[in-house]
Amino acid sequence: MKSNEPSFYEEVRVNGISRSDFLKFCTTMAAFMGLEASGVGQIVKALESKPRLPVIWFHFQECTCCSESFIRASHPIVASIVLDKISLDYQETLMAASGVQAEEAYKTVMQKFPGEYIVMVEGSIPTENEAYCCIGGRSALQILEEAVANCKAVVAWGNCASAGCVQAARPNPTGAQPVHKVISGKPVINVQGCPPIADVMAGVVVHLLTFDRIPQLDELGRPKAFYSRRVHDTCYRRANFDAGLFVESFDDEGAKRGYCLYKMGCKGPVTYNSCGIIKWNDGISYPIQSGHPCIGCSEAGFWDNGPFYQHLPSIAGFGIETTADKIGLGLGIATAVGVAGHAIVTNVRKHKEITNTPETVAEPETKKV
Amino acid sequence: MRSRTNPMREVHVWELPVRLYHWVNALCITGLCITGYIIGNPPALMNGTEAYFNYWFGTIRFIHFLSAFLFFFNFLFRIYWGFAGNEFAKWTNFIPLKRSQWKEIMDVIKVDILQVTHKKIDSIGHNSLASVIYFITFLIFLLQCLTGFGMYSAMSNSFLPKLFAWIVPLLGGDIHARQLHHILMWAFILFAIVHVYLVFYHDYIERRGITSSMIGGWKFIEEDVYERHETESKEKAEK
Ligand code: HEM
Ligand code: SF4
Ligand code: SF4
Repeated sequence: MKSNEPSFYEEVRVNGISRSDFLKFCTTMAAFMGLEASGVGQIVKALESKPRLPVIWFHFQECTCCSESFIRASHPIVASIVLDKISLDYQETLMAASGVQAEEAYKTVMQKFPGEYIVMVEGSIPTENEAYCCIGGRSALQILEEAVANCKAVVAWGNCASAGCVQAARPNPTGAQPVHKVISGKPVINVQGCPPIADVMAGVVVHLLTFDRIPQLDELGRPKAFYSRRVHDTCYRRANFDAGLFVESFDDEGAKRGYCLYKMGCKGPVTYNSCGIIKWNDGISYPIQSGHPCIGCSEAGFWDNGPFYQHLPSIAGFGIETTADKIGLGLGIATAVGVAGHAIVTNVRKHKEITNTPETVAEPETKKV
Repeated sequence: MRSRTNPMREVHVWELPVRLYHWVNALCITGLCITGYIIGNPPALMNGTEAYFNYWFGTIRFIHFLSAFLFFFNFLFRIYWGFAGNEFAKWTNFIPLKRSQWKEIMDVIKVDILQVTHKKIDSIGHNSLASVIYFITFLIFLLQCLTGFGMYSAMSNSFLPKLFAWIVPLLGGDIHARQLHHILMWAFILFAIVHVYLVFYHDYIERRGITSSMIGGWKFIEEDVYERHETESKEKAEK
């Protein structure tokens, strides 16, 4: 990268951010990323000295909630990460350019920074018929494949790009696929959530900037710093879970007392995210704190594991309210009836063996040769 | 008074380790099904109180995990005993690789399930159909341990559960592991109903003392069946 490009720090200073705010931001990011104290210095140094990270940001089949989340990050520096560092290159929602100029913008990035630029993707890619998502006459898949060929890494924003989200929910009419299923050979960072938490998104960008390599990922490609713990593990209602105190309906006494939302279908025990720690909207609250169960928005296929207000998913093909327990109980009763029937038949058909009349013993059939 | 003389021989079929395994297993499964069901559908026991007041749900989960470890090691032990144990405990009983096993499976279906023919099934240990069913239950044990420890790995740093962490992403997330784990509980319950019934059924029809055999290890076996078995074993040994 050319050193005559302004560094991130230089850019934010121009935008009127004080040094002390800048340092606060670096410290917060280091804390979110779970770095040691020395990590703060590394972040400060990186942001002060390194030029902008070349980024191409695509929107495929999505609702733009990831961008919305990102630009609503309350910290002004997070906003400037987006507005000043990414819109300059290519971001379909935020950039000023359109049409030919827009196309040129990202082609320029690809030519100027081969092997250095990051491709960020919002949205899933249709594979049933590529025509479901076209930009400038080319399909999402074609655009992505071309852009990824020379990139350094791919960031998949949100559940759509990481796992298909609502577009991939049954019956998935467009054959929507997440990024990691349609490309290969490049590291993909799945920043899960619908949308991901703004500070998590910022954390991932700062990590890429500071360390020049992708963060440590879990088995599902999610950065471990933000997705290694379940919402349940950091939930402030957890004491109520362990005490067996559950909200039974949204307007009951338990709801007022702040009991655990497990029986209201809370997916916290099966969802990996930072909601309980970083929270949303400048750390004001998160769904559970507002009395709503977690719906598992950072897990693959969460739309199909509903209904949201039920502990276990319904079983597909058995109707919306049918849980494993209902089917199990039905099968249990059927088995008991079957067993009872068999017992009755046995008494009839095996009468001789049971009463053991002498003929039975003598009967040649009873001896196997 | 009804009575009969039937030349029967007492045969020691189930060695002590097999019997111990059986009852530890039965106890664990009962405990795991009850605590597991409560974990999936917790009743509103203490509502109206505050959280610092009690820990009953945590205790239920603790019992579940404790029984889970016991269940797992007991299961491992049984696999070991499938190699070290006597001929009735050997792993070869459980996997129908031999023609004779398949023939016996067909016979058992005809004699005991459909009851269209009336002859005696010779096997001294498990009959071949029962063995296959037990093999399937072993696979279910394995799946239950995989999903259970897979979920457990999220809340533990110890070595053993971490060994199972890979199963969760393979299934597509914790919710699927949990769902599968919950569904499999019903497989255990269905098995238990049929299993207990069939033990009573065989005792009722064959009068070999199969129910008590899991306590003392001994079964009554008809003299001729026993002799046939002995000659077959000798022939095998000579080969
Ligand atoms: C006979 C065997 C077992 C049965 C019938 C059984 C049954 C269940 C059931 C029904 C649940 C509730 C699932 C739900 O609806 O949320 C559960 C939860 C669970 N089981 Fe098992 N289980 C068995 C063995 C095991 C084993 C071997 C382990 C291994 C550690 C295990 C670990 C767990 C864990 C970690 C949970 C989740 C509990 C929580 O986080 O609250 N289970 N089990
Ligand atoms: S509200 Fe949800 S995340 Fe919080 S303790 Fe209860 S089940 Fe866990
Ligand atoms: S609490 Fe659950 S559903 Fe809500 S934002 Fe967090 S992960 Fe998504």
